[in-house]
Amino acid sequence: MIWNPDFESLDHAALHRLQGERLGRLVDILYRKVPFYRKKMDARGVKPYEIQRIEDITRLPFTTKDEMRDVYPYGLLAVDLKEIVEIHTSSGTTGKPVVDAYTQGDIDVWSEAMARTLSSGGTTRHDIVQNAYGYGLFTGGLGSHYGARRIGATVIPISGGNTKRQIAMLRDFKSTVLTCTPSYSLYLAEAAREEGLDLSTVGLKAGFFGAEPWSESMRTEIQQKLHLLAIDIYGLTEIIGPGVAMECPEQNGLHVNEDHFFPEIIDPETGEVLPDGQKGELVITTLTKEGTPVLRYRTRDVTYLDRSPCPCGRTTVRMHRVLGRTDDMLIIRGVNVFPSQIEEVILKVEGTEPHYQLIVERHEQLDELEVQIEMNEKVFSDEIRNLEATEKKIESDLYASLNIHTRVRLVEPKSIARSEGKARRIIDKRQI
Amino acid sequence: MSVKQISIFLENAKGRLAEVTRTLSHDKINIRALSLADTADFGVLRIIVDNTERCLSVLKAHGFVAQVTEVIAVEVEDKPGGLARILEVLDQDNVNVEYMYAYVEKKRENAVVICKIDDRDRALQILEKNGIATVGAEALRAL
Repeated sequence: MIWNPDFESLDHAALHRLQGERLGRLVDILYRKVPFYRKKMDARGVKPYEIQRIEDITRLPFTTKDEMRDVYPYGLLAVDLKEIVEIHTSSGTTGKPVVDAYTQGDIDVWSEAMARTLSSGGTTRHDIVQNAYGYGLFTGGLGSHYGARRIGATVIPISGGNTKRQIAMLRDFKSTVLTCTPSYSLYLAEAAREEGLDLSTVGLKAGFFGAEPWSESMRTEIQQKLHLLAIDIYGLTEIIGPGVAMECPEQNGLHVNEDHFFPEIIDPETGEVLPDGQKGELVITTLTKEGTPVLRYRTRDVTYLDRSPCPCGRTTVRMHRVLGRTDDMLIIRGVNVFPSQIEEVILKVEGTEPHYQLIVERHEQLDELEVQIEMNEKVFSDEIRNLEATEKKIESDLYASLNIHTRVRLVEPKSIARSEGKARRIIDKRQI
Repeated sequence: MSVKQISIFLENAKGRLAEVTRTLSHDKINIRALSLADTADFGVLRIIVDNTERCLSVLKAHGFVAQVTEVIAVEVEDKPGGLARILEVLDQDNVNVEYMYAYVEKKRENAVVICKIDDRDRALQILEKNGIATVGAEALRAL
């Protein structure tokens, strides 16, 4: 089902014209209102009036997450603060968070983008949407909420976790749509089985899964165990949250809502734009965002674009499901984790540059992160309970910093394999 | 009087203990007493050797994390209730024993146990007051 055929099925020429106009207006506003972008454009020697068509976008500078953090909290604001109606931030665990400030217009666009997303899997006003994404600063919860409200569906804002209650809701309210991370959906399916709830009797028809990497084999498993159509969705806080791109029932790539979020694929080394079909780093420009617009944001996600016609009737470009990252970011249970954050926590406890290794595994559908740390003389004690207390202390500090539970294991010095003197930091054993 | 013990961090994995003993045997260091405490993941090996300084440098040279811990060697009457009496005396004065283990000895009237006590000085006073003998490093080596 296409929520807004006027835009989702717009012919290519009209779409390009619209994108060009929107980009021109965006660049004009950014140059006048946001010193951060004016400086960047001046540095590249590009003036707003030179940006007329969408193809001109390649003349504009990129924006990185680090730059966005540097201007925390309000350095990206393109309107007066009184126009802002809601603020979300990235988790901020790698330092200062990235701020996403929404005007009412931005909330409307977000609701529209998420209405398109939920509609593409068949959600209508007759549906009951069990929204198990976390509510709060995390954009997954409220983004899905706004989309479901826009459609006029019934939302159950249960938020993440509390599995027993999720199952009771499924059983009692007969939810027809589920929104959560893909790994949690499988966890939920397992818990439902244990509680004796046969999910084929619930009447779930679609699930919208995102915020972490997953695979085709995982999709097959989800569809079998939850008896629903599993739709992959994509978004990120730096851009707007969920709603940037979503699959249609063809399940053959994610349609990018490119009238609002313009995608490019670049070579992460040279910054050069790559032709359709070639793998590279996804870069997104927010064509219509008012509060905190973003010019050519480097997502660090690796994918490729496909402009071949889609039987669903949408004309928008499709991105392949995310294939990986250009940096060492890990996504654990939907939470972005950088090894540097873990390093910082260990450093505080141990007082020295730590040798550590991160081992990620998926047990019973949930990601588990084990942090192995080489013992050193500063934290060594001849009493077991002190060593266990050190492990617990690092675990609780990591939880405070990352908001995920980890398992810390002290290991012997030099036991972590090193190549050319540098330890291999990450071993990801997840089959995804 | 306290004596020096060496504590070594070990992963709870196959062959790790053998690696320590092999290292020490190669450098002709004699282990006089030994205790191993462990969890599922790791263990702490505590040993008393004939040459503490050399033992420590050998271990460190082989990449082990090891440290010297001061412990007390207490003489225990070699009869039922010998150890009970000592622990009772310490307990009465609220001195907590972190861990203890037996010392390897040859033919001798009394046994010797090694005790790790945080408040070592007070423990020594209490033991002395109650007529319980402790053994110094020199005497221990001579056993």
